[in-house]
Amino acid sequence: MALDKNQIAQRIAKEVKDGYYVNLGIGIPTLVANFVRDDIEVEFQSENGILGMGPFPVEGQEDADLINAGKQTITALPGASFFDSALSFSMIRGQHVDLTILGAMEVAQNGDIANWKIPGKMVKGMGGAMDLVASAENIIVAMMHTNKAGASKLLKRCSLPLTGVNCVTKIVTNLAVLDIKDNAFHLKERAPGVTVEMIKEATEGDLIVAGDIPEMVF
Amino acid sequence: MITKTVSGVEEACQGVKDDMTLMLGGFGLCGIPENAISQLVALNIKGLTCISNNAGVDDFGLGLLLQKHQIKKMISSYVGENAEFERQMLSGELEVELIPQGTLAQRCRAAQSGIPAFYTPAGYGTEVAEGKESREFHGKMHIMERAFEADFAFVKAWKGDTAGNLIFKGTARNFNPNMCGAAAITVAEVEELVPAGELDPNEVHIPGILVQRIFKGERYEKRIEQRTVRSK
Repeated sequence: MALDKNQIAQRIAKEVKDGYYVNLGIGIPTLVANFVRDDIEVEFQSENGILGMGPFPVEGQEDADLINAGKQTITALPGASFFDSALSFSMIRGQHVDLTILGAMEVAQNGDIANWKIPGKMVKGMGGAMDLVASAENIIVAMMHTNKAGASKLLKRCSLPLTGVNCVTKIVTNLAVLDIKDNAFHLKERAPGVTVEMIKEATEGDLIVAGDIPEMVF
Repeated sequence: MITKTVSGVEEACQGVKDDMTLMLGGFGLCGIPENAISQLVALNIKGLTCISNNAGVDDFGLGLLLQKHQIKKMISSYVGENAEFERQMLSGELEVELIPQGTLAQRCRAAQSGIPAFYTPAGYGTEVAEGKESREFHGKMHIMERAFEADFAFVKAWKGDTAGNLIFKGTARNFNPNMCGAAAITVAEVEELVPAGELDPNEVHIPGILVQRIFKGERYEKRIEQRTVRSK
């Protein structure tokens, strides 16, 4: 069975290690916070200017001066800090943030990513995505393996305008966990019940399958 | 002591003219200079170029200026959530320059700090890099970005004093400190204005040297764009 969005987030949460500062993008990445083990210390950064982001407030506790980059009301955990946008992106470009998790429309086998613009459709902007992908050493892309029409989103080359070049090294989709290196996708894990053949079928880019590919463990 | 206080929003906005370039602080609707925006609407100043991370919503924030067709060009990183914006952009009435958020912040910061240009990896290899100088540092490609040049910066702080010192609250800080001193004239509006000497100098985020005019905003709606709560 292919994973649902929560299961993708749950699998990615296993990549979050003790002591990490983590930036989560909008969509599936936001869900990752729900699955991080509670016996490790992790701080979430939101690029609008908070480290130590907590859960959504309970009703009545919303504060207009306390939001995340998705403009949702949030809370601040003990040890949290606030800072300006320039310092926020200093943390990001300066590689002080350990892990960035974001969504994508397309990823290419050379690590290029496209996630901000579809020509001919309304363009909303890249927000902080270009800064994040250009700088982070450790990026995980959370995405569906194929689009709504069934076409692969793991490509030889991106067809959409790029967000960044040669930057993605790990992808978790509804079908598989894959690494990118040496200009190819390398299959590392399968979603439970999903065969290697199904993953090959759904991957347009070059896919390296070395040895037995284990099923994901949650 | 140098005093930066002005009588109110009317005096604070004196000198703003058609076709000027303005910086406006805020992230979404969080920490936006609500009172200055209302005054710009009232003054009906046209042809503005606005440097602001976002463009407000249809009936609040910069959306109020858009409704009256006062903005010629927006320089932003993200401009969703605004139907009138989309209509004006698609019809060609409104020019839009989209730039990476960290680059936007740093171009403000560069203007504030007398740094004419800088290199950043953000946008290299994308359409953002088109027409820009690029250069390799430490084996990685970067593009050159320039400091903004603006006539006015409108920022919003939580507390300020008569000397123009500012303290921000929560994530309403965002771009506001980076825009202080980044334009020819910086106008700060605050929720609470106190006599100089009442703010603890240890807690000042932006020193008054970067602020030319300060006033207490008459009212703040502080609208929440995405009210999100969890169950108890």
